[in-house]
Amino acid sequence: MDTLALLATALICLPFVMAIFPAVIKVSKVRSTIVYICGAIVAVLAVITAGMWFMNGGTAITFDLPYTGVFDKIILIGDFLLMFLIIYLSIRHHKAIISLLSIVQTFLVAGIELFGPEAADTLHIRIDWLTFIMILIIGVIGVAIGIYAVGYMHGYHIHHHKEVPDHRSFFFAMIFVFYGAMFGLVLSMSLIWLYFFWEITSVCSFLLIGYTGTQEAIDNSFKALWMNLLGGLGIAVAIAYAICVQGTVNLYDVIDLAILGGQGSAALLPIAMLAFAALTKSAQFPFSGWLLGAMVAPTPSSALLHSATMVKAGVYLLVRLSLAMNGNYVGQMVYLCGGFTFFVASCLAISQSDGKKVLAYSTISNLGLIVACAGAGYQETIWAAVFLIMFHAVSKSMLFQCVGAIENTTGSRDIEDMEGLAVRYPKLAFILMVGIAGMFLAPFGMLVSKWAALKAFVDAPSTLMVLFIVFGSSTTMFYWTKWFAKILGIHASKGRDITKPNEYISMYFHAVLLIALCVGFPFISKYVIEPLMKDMYGFSNAVISEGNIAIMVIMICAIFIVPSINYLLTKNRNDKTVMVYMGGANTGDNKNFIDAAGESKELQVSNWYMTNWFGEDKLFKPAIIVGVLIIVIFMCVVIGGAI
Amino acid sequence: MTEQGIRFIAMLLYIVGAPIIGGLLDGLDRKISARMQGRKGPSILQPFYDVAKLTQKQLLAVNKFQLLMVMSYLFFVILSGVLFFGGFDILMCFFSLSTAAMFLILASTSTHSPFSTIGTHREMAQMMSYEPMELLTAVGFYLATGTFAVSDIVQAKYPAIMFAPGFFIGFIFVLTIKFRKSPFDLSTTHHAHQEVVKGVTTEMVGIEYAVTTVTEWYENVFLLGVVALFFINSNPISYLVAAVAVLVVFFIEILIDNTSARVKWQLMLKMAWGVTLVTGGLNLFILELIKR
Repeated sequence: MDTLALLATALICLPFVMAIFPAVIKVSKVRSTIVYICGAIVAVLAVITAGMWFMNGGTAITFDLPYTGVFDKIILIGDFLLMFLIIYLSIRHHKAIISLLSIVQTFLVAGIELFGPEAADTLHIRIDWLTFIMILIIGVIGVAIGIYAVGYMHGYHIHHHKEVPDHRSFFFAMIFVFYGAMFGLVLSMSLIWLYFFWEITSVCSFLLIGYTGTQEAIDNSFKALWMNLLGGLGIAVAIAYAICVQGTVNLYDVIDLAILGGQGSAALLPIAMLAFAALTKSAQFPFSGWLLGAMVAPTPSSALLHSATMVKAGVYLLVRLSLAMNGNYVGQMVYLCGGFTFFVASCLAISQSDGKKVLAYSTISNLGLIVACAGAGYQETIWAAVFLIMFHAVSKSMLFQCVGAIENTTGSRDIEDMEGLAVRYPKLAFILMVGIAGMFLAPFGMLVSKWAALKAFVDAPSTLMVLFIVFGSSTTMFYWTKWFAKILGIHASKGRDITKPNEYISMYFHAVLLIALCVGFPFISKYVIEPLMKDMYGFSNAVISEGNIAIMVIMICAIFIVPSINYLLTKNRNDKTVMVYMGGANTGDNKNFIDAAGESKELQVSNWYMTNWFGEDKLFKPAIIVGVLIIVIFMCVVIGGAI
Repeated sequence: MTEQGIRFIAMLLYIVGAPIIGGLLDGLDRKISARMQGRKGPSILQPFYDVAKLTQKQLLAVNKFQLLMVMSYLFFVILSGVLFFGGFDILMCFFSLSTAAMFLILASTSTHSPFSTIGTHREMAQMMSYEPMELLTAVGFYLATGTFAVSDIVQAKYPAIMFAPGFFIGFIFVLTIKFRKSPFDLSTTHHAHQEVVKGVTTEMVGIEYAVTTVTEWYENVFLLGVVALFFINSNPISYLVAAVAVLVVFFIEILIDNTSARVKWQLMLKMAWGVTLVTGGLNLFILELIKR
């Protein structure tokens, strides 16, 4: 127990301390080494903490950090420091109005903490199965992104973007701060602590998005800031309510009270506020804009925001709250918001040809599914949600790294330019294909989760959600398939791959991890997720029958083995190679044809984007309106029910 | 015989029998189509002769990758059917079928051919059109019988069609897309009048095309099995009813094929999604209301 308390302290504090090193060391080589070492320490610490807890029997434990009182003070001061930082930056960029949000919530929380009624004393830290999973995701995936970033940012500043001022010191410092804040967020039991770490992640992502300092980057970063601060305000209100009315600052007490209260009780108010905050952070409609804007940042920060951190903070909180949302209006708000986002974001992804933008929409869409699962709060859906969180973290982080590497190598991240990538850059193409397969192909994560989610929503019953899922999965299939198909195909020559070894180490590591997750998923289900559900519900049913698990394992194996066997079978055939059919107008290769004027013309084949149907200008605004409507209507119902 | 034994034999029968039945149905299709058009039509065994001939042709490959992908396509279609006739989870069957479709797409895009690329994109649009209804069909069975497992669905007291007529109509509608019948034969067609040559299969030659054809037979038998499942229940007579229903549905598909002209993908998507929403969605909504 004491060792665990020490480890938890180290996990939260060390990254903040480590952030100082890259910040002060300006020599590139030395800084890289330091980042590697510190990253490794964080990852090892995370694994040891998780492992220790697992060895201890894997039961939820709560405790306090040593010197908790000091931490309380630091956090109170920290809240104000963050506020001053936001005020300073927003005034400097002539967006002072945004700082109002920060001022209101900081004074609300601090004021109630200092002058409000005394809340019951509570422990501050809790480790349970969900925390266990999150620590591993942040520690392992997050750090892998950090390691990738070292090589990437070098290439970014030295070769590709000489116009961007080199603030790598700052960049790596922010990454470490992010680790610390995320660890703090998932470990905290106290809402005040949670709020503090939540605000740090908001500010950090704001700073990371604005990294390049262009006008677009600054605009987008402020968009991210105000949306996330709005969410923070939600938490602040929840804290105020919890202290003043319920006399507690413990997140778990608030959840228990809401479960006891049930539909229509006032105890749902803080839950609704927290859920609202989580929706902003996990970029659900109407708050999806900030995550799309975040694309202007260098790729590692996108990877970090999209996979292991930031957006995962939102879904983490929702999974925490899920018991209190099961079967009431708050839950309905959350799952409708999520289901709608799942569908619309996947439609929007169809119309995009920028690789990173497709990834962004797919993140939003996938998070939508997770949010919907959490909002429903059934065993099956929680099972699905946790699996999705894991699969999504790994494959999305891998995909972002891969697209980043492709952009550095080929100079473009447009999907149209990835034609024949399998021939030009086989290694990168392999990573990309594994990642895409991990996102949507049948035997991987999406399948099991979709199965469970569909079953749960049929049982719920919610017609609308079933429809969202079946339509959403068909559009999801469409945009991934056309990307996947683009990578294959004939291309003239092999290109020179300038991806750095450390980028490859990180990407291969992800690929191995993803395949391990797929193959090991029955064990993960049995030894991690089922105990997690037992923790939450007091009992656990096998969500998925053994027969189905067997089928999935067969399919997972088949998808690797069958093409391989077929490859061996067809390898030694000496078939005559011919040109593709072009109505006889070939010029001698597969790339050119003779046009009407009798001249050779290059053949261009392009994907479908269906912009008249799924374009941003058609769907984005209506989607935001629907999102706002869902939230406003249900908020009114919840508040009305409470009064 | 034990239940396990029956399931095993059903799987075996599917693997061996599906290409025969599929081929015969294909021959029947050509015959009936010909009669509808006032022709005599080929022998009912003609599809088998065609495939036999295709296997003997020299393979002129554009990309070696293609044969491998086509064979994987065959494997996953067979897997879907085996899972179905073996009585497993029907949702899993459809997931496996989607994976199979994926391999067909990879096979045709690996060529960088202009015609097969257009065919592929149309094929993807077709997938997007029929997939919601496909998944909803599984949901329909679940609502009607309380289980996703085919082995339990066939034991139900009442046939699924009684509770899920809307799902049935919707499924028949998307079946036209799946069978590549006019008006939805956008990606490739069985008739000799496709504006994108042979669409998705343009670059498939000899053995590749033979495998694709046989795969289609497997797929058709599986899909018709789903049609039959709507009628089958614990009563043995229901199997007879199901067989009749399958033949009727098959005939209707041929009729539609011969009486309609190809539409654009926009209209296909609109129609397929519209029908899915109206029939499937409404049926779903009503069943859930009753359940409440």
